[in-house]
Amino acid sequence: MAQIRIQNVRKEFGAFTAVRSSTFTIEDGEFFMLLGPSGCGKTTTLRMMAGLELPTSGEIFIDGEEVGMKPASKRDIAFVFQMFALYPHMNVRKNISYPLVSQGMKREEVKTRVQEVARILKIENILDRPVGGLSGGDRQRVALGRAIVRQPKAFFMDEPLGALDAEFREHMAEELRALHDRMGATTVYVTHDQLEAMQMGDKIVVMNHGVVEQFGKPQQIYDWPATKFVAQFIGSPSMNFLDFEGMIGIGGKSVDLGEAKIEVPAAREGRAGKLTLGVRPEHVRFATESAYRGRVTAVEYLGTTQIVTLRSSHGDLKARIPSDRPVREGELVGLAFDARTLSLFDAETGKALRSDANDGVLGHG
Amino acid sequence: MSSYSITEPSRRQKWFAGVLVVLYALITILPLVWIIGTSFKTPSDAIAYPPKTFFTPTVEGYVNVFTTRTRLTEEQLQAVGEPQTWYDRLVRKDGLVISGPSRFAERFTNSVIIGFGSTVLCIVLGTAAAYAFSRFKVPLKDDLLFFILSTRMMPPIAVAIPIFLMFRSLGLSDTHAGMILLYTAVNLSLSVWLLKGFIDEIPVEYEEAALIDGYTRFQAFYKVVLPQAATGIASTAIFCLIFAWNEYAFAVLLTSGNAQTAPPFIPTIIGVSGQDWPAVAAGATLFLVPVMVFTILLRKHLLRGITFGAVRK
Repeated sequence: MAQIRIQNVRKEFGAFTAVRSSTFTIEDGEFFMLLGPSGCGKTTTLRMMAGLELPTSGEIFIDGEEVGMKPASKRDIAFVFQMFALYPHMNVRKNISYPLVSQGMKREEVKTRVQEVARILKIENILDRPVGGLSGGDRQRVALGRAIVRQPKAFFMDEPLGALDAEFREHMAEELRALHDRMGATTVYVTHDQLEAMQMGDKIVVMNHGVVEQFGKPQQIYDWPATKFVAQFIGSPSMNFLDFEGMIGIGGKSVDLGEAKIEVPAAREGRAGKLTLGVRPEHVRFATESAYRGRVTAVEYLGTTQIVTLRSSHGDLKARIPSDRPVREGELVGLAFDARTLSLFDAETGKALRSDANDGVLGHG
Repeated sequence: MSSYSITEPSRRQKWFAGVLVVLYALITILPLVWIIGTSFKTPSDAIAYPPKTFFTPTVEGYVNVFTTRTRLTEEQLQAVGEPQTWYDRLVRKDGLVISGPSRFAERFTNSVIIGFGSTVLCIVLGTAAAYAFSRFKVPLKDDLLFFILSTRMMPPIAVAIPIFLMFRSLGLSDTHAGMILLYTAVNLSLSVWLLKGFIDEIPVEYEEAALIDGYTRFQAFYKVVLPQAATGIASTAIFCLIFAWNEYAFAVLLTSGNAQTAPPFIPTIIGVSGQDWPAVAAGATLFLVPVMVFTILLRKHLLRGITFGAVRK
């Protein structure tokens, strides 16, 4: 079990920079998510931690020891691949025992360890089967078994649920989380699925274009995105952006969107010019008295809630409201936003402006 | 049948395909059958006109290919005494005695050493090179691969004279090592290209998993990649062996007394009175056996290997 620290790690493939100077720390025993769209550098970062790629510069510490240039076999970590990478010419038992055999462990001990792991994963009945004919879920379990059997310092998983069908993924996610809680080992998990990241992770790093956009607990990231990218990437439907020209001073508690004065958390940094107001769909209310108005263009019924798409003078936005409120297309409604939940972004840089509410959680690592 | 399917061939199509396959098989197999048949004929049956399809089989050809014989006069035969073994008796009918072994066994052994030796070398070097080309960043990779293939863009025999001179000055003429080197050089490009294709198909994650499981790069290659590449290695080995085994032109040119292989030797088998066709045929038949055995042993892999690249696992 170990703490993992990434310091100014950078990776270039020829002229292409996959990871630009990332820095963050994964605490011992954490279930840590590396989240981002494809090509954002999350897998490259994970592979550098595992020793499958060497960083161009920077340092990687596992358990206090600098391992940046050490080969994978010397790092005492386990890796679960997206396609599982079970050795096709070996049966389940051999696959699971393979990492132990490399350590020169005694046969008897290997046998007990494999048996123990098979019991935990409930795969005792398939131990002597070839891996070729196994179902996706069983392959997944064997891959996990191969990872946990050697009790490594850390687990690295590269989209391990990506190859499973949707129905089974949910179930496997729960199983994975339960397994983590039981073993308490540091786990780094790469995914592009923001729901998966929020559902399973203790902490999340959101990456984009090789840059760490934000680092924090799932709820902090959801509530107080550090950049417009994070705001849009996390949450479904994603955060609404209302672009406007305006200004806010330090300590300012409202902004003017045209005629309407909108209350926001007290600002800790001032800005004038092109700004963006960010509001989550569930924080939009229908309020007849409000000066800010929008016209309904579409309604999606989702059971207990409905998603209403509205056109306002500052762009389209979506509202998640209870479905007992009847809504007609073409209707003009007043809109109110929950003041404590709003974010302001600098429209040019995309960065969130610091306020009383989000101060301290906009970490970039 | 009223149902119509575009993927399932009709009965007539199947019948037609069957006839084609049988015809092709007949055309391919007929010369083989004729050679094997001839090897069991007597010399006079072998050159009979019209050709004899039915004849009394004899193993004389096989005895002749392994021996040299001398014709003796009646008195000399008296002096030699009664034939002791079945093959002595077989040649005595024609008034001959076996005077010693022929060089066939020796030539055949040369073929085995040179054929299998160059195949093993081709596979070892080819697998290593193919793995490197497939997995590592090799500078000028594409140019190198093209360059390797370009060695096959003209018939090897076109460079026979330079090779002949080179071998002479290096002392490689008429040596086993020289022939092994030569056949390896000719086959290696094919071997690298075929094997690279097979290794490219093996997901790199298998090796990465092994690296993380605590194995070195070489162990990962040896224990994980090689078993996966078995199909490719088997079919490449067959291609290499068949070429080296059947090669005639270089063997004629570069070997004589010491390292001569079977192909240039077989046509030189001469009987006591004129060309001994059954012995030639027997030599050719025996010559087929090692390649056939080798191919049958690796057949399981070969059938999968021939469709290389077509199917993803």
